[in-house]
Amino acid sequence: MAPYIGTATSRVDGVAKVTGAAKYAAEFNTPGLVYGSIVTSTIAKGWIKRVDGSAAMRVKGVIDVLSHEHRPPMADDDKAYADEVAPLGSPFRPLYDNRVMFSRQPIALVVAETSEIARFGESLVRVEYEVEAPVTDLNRERDAAVPVKPPTNPFEALFTPPKPRGAPERALAAAAMRHEAEYCTPIEHHNPMELYAATVIYHADGKLTLYDKTQGVQNIQRYVCSVFGMKPEDVRVMSPFVGGAFGNGLRPNFEIVLAVLAARALRRSVRVVLTRPQMYALGYRPAMIQRIGLGATTDGTLDAITHDAITVTSEYEDYYRQETGWSGLLYTCANAKYAHKLAKLDLPTACDMRCPSAATGVYALECAMDELAVALKADPLELRLRCYSERDQNNNRPFGSKALRECYRQGAQAFGWDKRNPEPRSMRDGADLVGWGMATGVWDAFQAPITVRIALSANGHAEVACATSDIGTGTRTIMAQVAADMLGLPLDHISINLGDSNLPQSPVEGGSWIAVSVSNGIATTAASIRDELLRLAKQIPNSPLAATAPGEVALIDGKLADKGDVSRAISISDAMRQGGVERIEQEKTTNPSADAARAHNTHSAVFAEVKVDEQLGVIRVTRVVSAVAAGRILNTKTAGSQVLGSVVWGIGMALHEETLIDHRFGRVMNANIAEYHMPVNADVHDIKVIFVDEPDDSNPLGIKGVGEIGIVGVAAAIANAVYHATGKRVRDLPITLDKLSP
Amino acid sequence: MISFHYARASCVGEALQEVAGDANAKFIAGGTNLIDLMKMDVERPTKVIDITRLPLKRVERTPGGGLRIGALVRNTDLAYHPLVEQRYPVLADAIMAGASQQLRNMASTGGNLLQRTRCAYFYDIATPCNKREPGSGCSAIEGQNRMHAILGGSEACIATHPSDMCVALAMLDAKVHVGSASGDRVIAFADFHRLPGDTPQRDTHLNAGEIITAVELPPKGFATNYTYLKIRDRLSYAFALVSVAVGLELDGDTIKEGRFALGGVAHKPWRDPQAEAVLRGQPAHAATFARAAGVVLRDARGYAHNTFKIDLARRCIVRALTQAACGTPQSQSAKKIV
Repeated sequence: MAPYIGTATSRVDGVAKVTGAAKYAAEFNTPGLVYGSIVTSTIAKGWIKRVDGSAAMRVKGVIDVLSHEHRPPMADDDKAYADEVAPLGSPFRPLYDNRVMFSRQPIALVVAETSEIARFGESLVRVEYEVEAPVTDLNRERDAAVPVKPPTNPFEALFTPPKPRGAPERALAAAAMRHEAEYCTPIEHHNPMELYAATVIYHADGKLTLYDKTQGVQNIQRYVCSVFGMKPEDVRVMSPFVGGAFGNGLRPNFEIVLAVLAARALRRSVRVVLTRPQMYALGYRPAMIQRIGLGATTDGTLDAITHDAITVTSEYEDYYRQETGWSGLLYTCANAKYAHKLAKLDLPTACDMRCPSAATGVYALECAMDELAVALKADPLELRLRCYSERDQNNNRPFGSKALRECYRQGAQAFGWDKRNPEPRSMRDGADLVGWGMATGVWDAFQAPITVRIALSANGHAEVACATSDIGTGTRTIMAQVAADMLGLPLDHISINLGDSNLPQSPVEGGSWIAVSVSNGIATTAASIRDELLRLAKQIPNSPLAATAPGEVALIDGKLADKGDVSRAISISDAMRQGGVERIEQEKTTNPSADAARAHNTHSAVFAEVKVDEQLGVIRVTRVVSAVAAGRILNTKTAGSQVLGSVVWGIGMALHEETLIDHRFGRVMNANIAEYHMPVNADVHDIKVIFVDEPDDSNPLGIKGVGEIGIVGVAAAIANAVYHATGKRVRDLPITLDKLSP
Repeated sequence: MISFHYARASCVGEALQEVAGDANAKFIAGGTNLIDLMKMDVERPTKVIDITRLPLKRVERTPGGGLRIGALVRNTDLAYHPLVEQRYPVLADAIMAGASQQLRNMASTGGNLLQRTRCAYFYDIATPCNKREPGSGCSAIEGQNRMHAILGGSEACIATHPSDMCVALAMLDAKVHVGSASGDRVIAFADFHRLPGDTPQRDTHLNAGEIITAVELPPKGFATNYTYLKIRDRLSYAFALVSVAVGLELDGDTIKEGRFALGGVAHKPWRDPQAEAVLRGQPAHAATFARAAGVVLRDARGYAHNTFKIDLARRCIVRALTQAACGTPQSQSAKKIV
């Protein structure tokens, strides 16, 4: 049996997804289910004077109108609302009190017998406010931004700027070549296809089963228990399928609070589904202004890097990620310093969105590097190779593995980079100006503690269980592949059980850490299954494995075999039946190897071609090559899809995506997916994904994770290509055609 | 979304009866815009009259050599109708430039004429909007106005009409056939939509109790020298920043007749006889086109976020007239601009 790891295995849940058999949070039904429709604030800041639900209550079928004036008890301390990944601050509490802190804030819930009646009732709820003037404009608040607090523990230190090195100001001032500029990126929203939804099943004994759209069922379970003072055994959270989340489902969102609130108030099962506009009252990628300073010698050796960021968060929580540190990690430079300030606005708290910090931080850096290359009259790729970092200078340590040079080489070759004429506006295709740009990508390779249970049956079937989500990345599929290989069984003999808080512990699915964590977790538990089988096999009279040590056997083709001589083998079923067991169950926790002595990162090289109509400024991204180094690739098909999707998102980031806020109202005005532009099929042309070999021994399976690296560098490569095509440098995204007008 | 009554009409007379005397009744055909507006509580009809069964689904030749398009002909069916493809390709192209395949499969001819602006403030009942709530104020004039009008706006409203199809119909001098209890009438396309003035709540000159029964095309279809050029913020499925429908009749290099209509720039598809007069009898080259563009845009006015549209419109007009003159109309599937 050929191994499954490393192959283009199709999704094990693909058929279920395309036939509708896969059920999402809003699709679980139960008799007597009622429906909640959310009333949201029309103001961005102020106080609710009165919520008048009387007209709604007169509608036949409306059961209740919940609000801060009328609801069951909720916890009254911040700690109860601080979930597993909450930033510092005072988390938002839905329907808690009369304070309005952002536009479209949920302020009441109309519960009715049908969703239509609930929605009608919602339209009848009248709210009186005491209005205050909101502040939502980063440009207006940039001078009032305050530095992020120094870290108090290693976790916080992941997000605060690294320590400076050398004498960066002096080096920048003295540099023979200097580039300094400001790069701006807007607020972006995640816009997953599936709306946030929760179905709460209320059991007769008051216990709850929650179906929620989330990236972490156990995070939701702990949160609901602490907010509502419930016991873990009384709250089960399920999320078997998720229709895209991209970071927005890491923290509990308000649909789950409102649904639980209503279920407890009415002692009934309740469903709450957000509308598309309400999705714009969740987290978002923060808008930011980044200032980059690069100093170099005339031969292109970097001598100074300064990277300052001002990013957006709410008035009540300090969300930030480390945009700045990537600069001093990616390139060798003796002198570097970083700064990060927060602008606190009357908006919801920002949150992680695919590759938070690197998508934006590396965008600014890689545009600045392109500008430096132009100033130096150097090839942009040559400059990056000259500045290539062999060590993580931020933390003074080597990389666990770094095949970025190979990404540059294979990406450039596939793209044909050597045929590039460096002169802007020099390449043409009819009425189109042609531009070629490139950029580097980098992201972390995290691993987190995780627990996996495997139950092996004597008939050679195995059930693998872990509470992790599969947010659409293909987690279920790679889990099945790894389990099949580790247990020596065919793929269709493996069943995967995930997305259930009753299952063994998993962190939230994010940061590209689940593939590496759960795969190694499966390997650990499978090894202990193997050991148990060996113990049984040794008990068989005249066992061919009587003298074989655990390290010398492997599970291959349904048999436990001596790795040195596979003819010395005993089938799984023989071992179990002879031993009188029908089922072997093992549950093991796997901790990441504490390898802080080395830096763990994924890398990429992105090459982009744009064609720009010279007269009208219409931009088409006609080709992208993304070469990725991310350790061992578990599944070339699903991993390839991850990178493809990321590149498409990068096209959107470069050309389309922008949340438009009317600062007078503090309100998102393009709160729908017709007016919030993201790429459509017509905007997506030829995308080639290359995975370069990158052996890595940081974890037993050599995995790094590919959920996020694919977006990093794409926007910069496109922005650099637009400059190369047009000679015009646009430093604020998205690059809409008006920004190219003469 | 509010509760409403539903009625179904099987003939025009029945539809008119259902709507008579009920100011809050609305006809529904494809529903591609009305349903959205109802979900947002922008439109709050007390009665919705389903007209999808009315016998208005035919495309027929008229005795005068033109084409009569029933009000319920789906956008997709119209765009792919052989007579439209052959004789009025600019109309087929304009339809294909709009919306998505799914929407075009649902949307009707009459409904396309009656779709409402996509101004974000019109759609959001939390904000003032004179078109939605007369007298409440225009939020766009000092707000997010990137998509808004540069021509024909007023202090009360700078919304644009969102249709692509209507831009081609305006250029083609189409006529709108309207029925009512008091009799039928025909409205010239140029007089169908209106400018906002101080009553922006009214998009058209259609009266209460009237129903669109057909759109009629005159014989002249400009099937040789035409184009529909639409510029937007992504390459498909976005409303026009600027669009141009062009029809030229050439005699060698000389323009015998030249027409063009603009979309995305005003409260109605924008035609300007003075600008078209500039083309007449002149050589079909860029200098002529630029002069015509200058005339049509002479009173253009930009706001904080849409001033770029004035110059963009100028360049689009020149490009579109060039495409038409060269006989190389813009392809709506290949997104490269020819």
